[in-house]
Amino acid sequence: MKYLDEYRDPELARRLVEEIRRRATRPWVLMEICGGQTHTLVKYGIEELIGSRIELVHGPGCPVCVTPLEILDKAISIASIPEVIFVSYGDMLRVPGSHSDLFRVKAAGGDVRVAYSPMDALRLARENPQRPVVFFAVGFETTAPANAMAVWQAKREGLRNFSMLVSHVLVPPAIRLLLEQSANRVQGFIAPGHVCTVMGYQEYEALAAQYKVPFVVGGFEPLDLLEAILMLVRQLEEGRAQVENQYVRSVNRAGNPAARQRMTEVFEVADRNWRGIGPIAQSGYRLRAEYAALDAEKVFGVEALSAPEPPECISALVLQGLRKPVDCPVFGTRCTPATPMGAPMVSSEGACAAYYQYRRHIAPAGAKP
Amino acid sequence: MSGPIQFTCPLPLTVKDRIVLGHGSGGKLSAELLHEVFLPFFRSPILNRLDDQAVFEVNGARLAFTTDSFVVKPLFFRGGDIGSLAVNGTVNDLAMGGAIPLYLSAGFIIEEGLKIATLRRIAESVGRAAEAIPIEIVTGDTKVVEKGKGDGLFLNTTGVGLVPEGVRLSPSLVRSGDRVLLSGPIGDHGIAILAEREGIQFSTELASDCAPLHGLVAAMLAVSLEIRAMRDPTRGGLSSALNEIASRVGVGIMIEESAIPVREEVRGACEMLGLDPLYVANEGKLVAFVAADAAELVLAAMRRHPLGRDAAIIGTVTDTHPGLVLLRTPFGTTRIVDMLPGDQLPRIC
Amino acid sequence: MCLAVPGQIVEAHEVDGLRMGTVRFGGVTRQACLDFVPEAECGDYVIVHVGFAISRLDAEEAQRTFRLLEEMGALADELGEDGG
Repeated sequence: MKYLDEYRDPELARRLVEEIRRRATRPWVLMEICGGQTHTLVKYGIEELIGSRIELVHGPGCPVCVTPLEILDKAISIASIPEVIFVSYGDMLRVPGSHSDLFRVKAAGGDVRVAYSPMDALRLARENPQRPVVFFAVGFETTAPANAMAVWQAKREGLRNFSMLVSHVLVPPAIRLLLEQSANRVQGFIAPGHVCTVMGYQEYEALAAQYKVPFVVGGFEPLDLLEAILMLVRQLEEGRAQVENQYVRSVNRAGNPAARQRMTEVFEVADRNWRGIGPIAQSGYRLRAEYAALDAEKVFGVEALSAPEPPECISALVLQGLRKPVDCPVFGTRCTPATPMGAPMVSSEGACAAYYQYRRHIAPAGAKP
Repeated sequence: MSGPIQFTCPLPLTVKDRIVLGHGSGGKLSAELLHEVFLPFFRSPILNRLDDQAVFEVNGARLAFTTDSFVVKPLFFRGGDIGSLAVNGTVNDLAMGGAIPLYLSAGFIIEEGLKIATLRRIAESVGRAAEAIPIEIVTGDTKVVEKGKGDGLFLNTTGVGLVPEGVRLSPSLVRSGDRVLLSGPIGDHGIAILAEREGIQFSTELASDCAPLHGLVAAMLAVSLEIRAMRDPTRGGLSSALNEIASRVGVGIMIEESAIPVREEVRGACEMLGLDPLYVANEGKLVAFVAADAAELVLAAMRRHPLGRDAAIIGTVTDTHPGLVLLRTPFGTTRIVDMLPGDQLPRIC
Repeated sequence: MCLAVPGQIVEAHEVDGLRMGTVRFGGVTRQACLDFVPEAECGDYVIVHVGFAISRLDAEEAQRTFRLLEEMGALADELGEDGG
């Protein structure tokens, strides 16, 4: 497939790996933020290839993992209402709320459907005017334009039976939080390529300047990530802390203006709880007041629902890259994809799930702090 | 920045009191159901072998006996329908035991309201598929359930076959050093079905690979009896089939990613939806475990057969990582091919 | 996050006031909304996420990775493959 296969070429990968190994004269700790990037790194065994001088830690880039517990409970509560058609991306179906998950709601008779796109939910609303159709709008900034368009279109058409349960999270505030931690070991970041396709990368320039860490906007194929790692290593070896763009075929500095325009019309920035991390100020989107009639929380009166998260496992530390999945005492034993204890095991993009699925046969390397 | 962050984490969900869709997908949940709910009550050494078919002796003849239920939606899809699926699926389970297919039963559970014309179309398809084998449908049953309870139609077929003298196929015969052979590209059926599912819809010329494999199996057995076992990778895909063997027999399996054939259409759909072809269902493919020195011979026989044109040797059985299926990437690194808990779902993430 | 795949626009049309297109991914095609990439035309490649094109793939820029690799390869040859 064009624009995919070329970026998976093993010979070119080998050259990039060699160059990375040659350029890294000291140990460096790098973080990739996006779950899709984690997936590729773990699936291709890239950490193994680049040698022990570069340590890759996996960041909180999995919107499924970080969707707060109370939103899950709200989703489950709405989906359990008999006449509601509850439409969700596939990723969310297995995520546990406080007592249940959407799969179980479906098993008990709820009309829960998987969609590939929010436009599918719109279509369902048009086809079923007598029934409320609710779309579970999760994601990072990448998915926000699509979700915004769906609700914008619904309002334009005067669709009375469509609403959205919104749980968007933003990347830069989470990175800032990570950088503020005194325990932070990350020295360079691979910024999320599709988030930046929408948002551009200007926001990361302030972070680079303030915290003196380099960022490279990276793509999702093995060559993209290897090139991004090389660019970070070069910056670190040369003592630079800039924002560079590896994913030039999709990303430019200003992002996608048409997408941002639609998002601004529909969403405003709000405080958000991140599951496994806690509240981060101004780190999410909510629907603007003009869209109250399409805001599922208001329509179904679930705004006040809250769910305290009991402290237990180390998933928060994993999400912040302070621990590896293999460091967790219950990893692979009590905590598995079938019986997840923490958010990063729940989603197939979570660091723990990725490790469990692909790499648990490899013993953790040496003693790491 | 105020105070330390409250690190929190959700509790595990331990209560599993209802069946979820994942229990039917051929992955870990299905296996759990089998071991925890059914096997304890159905005490049978034959059943405990958990092969695709039960093989037993009656008056000196070795019979193979198998059953399968078909709940596919939509009922009609490019390359087949529930009828042809039901016949070929059961014939294939018999064929995986090396059995010559003989007799079939067909049990129809029909939803009230289904058009008779639709039922006739399916019956015709069942008849046509059976004649093509040939396998004779000698008994059957019909039940009707209330509207809303049946998804249109559920079909069960049960098959009986005869295992020829000298043929013995069983996972227990698989051993370290054996090669793993795959009869053709994976993922066709699952993607063809997904293309017509509401909410996912995409356009493709891709058809289900639904086909009876008894002819291919016979062609393979004709050149070598050093074939240890065969499996048809249906629900759960190639991964499930390999994992079942690996865990049942206690061997490791190493496969080479670059050796596994996948059609362009399947690749495109999987990339778009975030699926892995290794987990996508097939209905006209088999994987065979063959003694190393017979592998090339068997491969050649497969390639001479219409259903094995794209056959390939995809890996080897080892003793270094018992119970695990590993895949070597084109980069030379390895990763685990795990059993999924339930179905693969399209993802955004 | 953000599973997004490159596909080629095969045709474009309007539905309910939105610009939609048929996009081909390998051997399959699907409808995608092209409203966020007004500059993209038939034959162009776009990156599609959840049924929406979020960028037009810059074919020229797409070569950058390979130019870099070529340079690296050439350099390695010059240094006799023992650059470090």
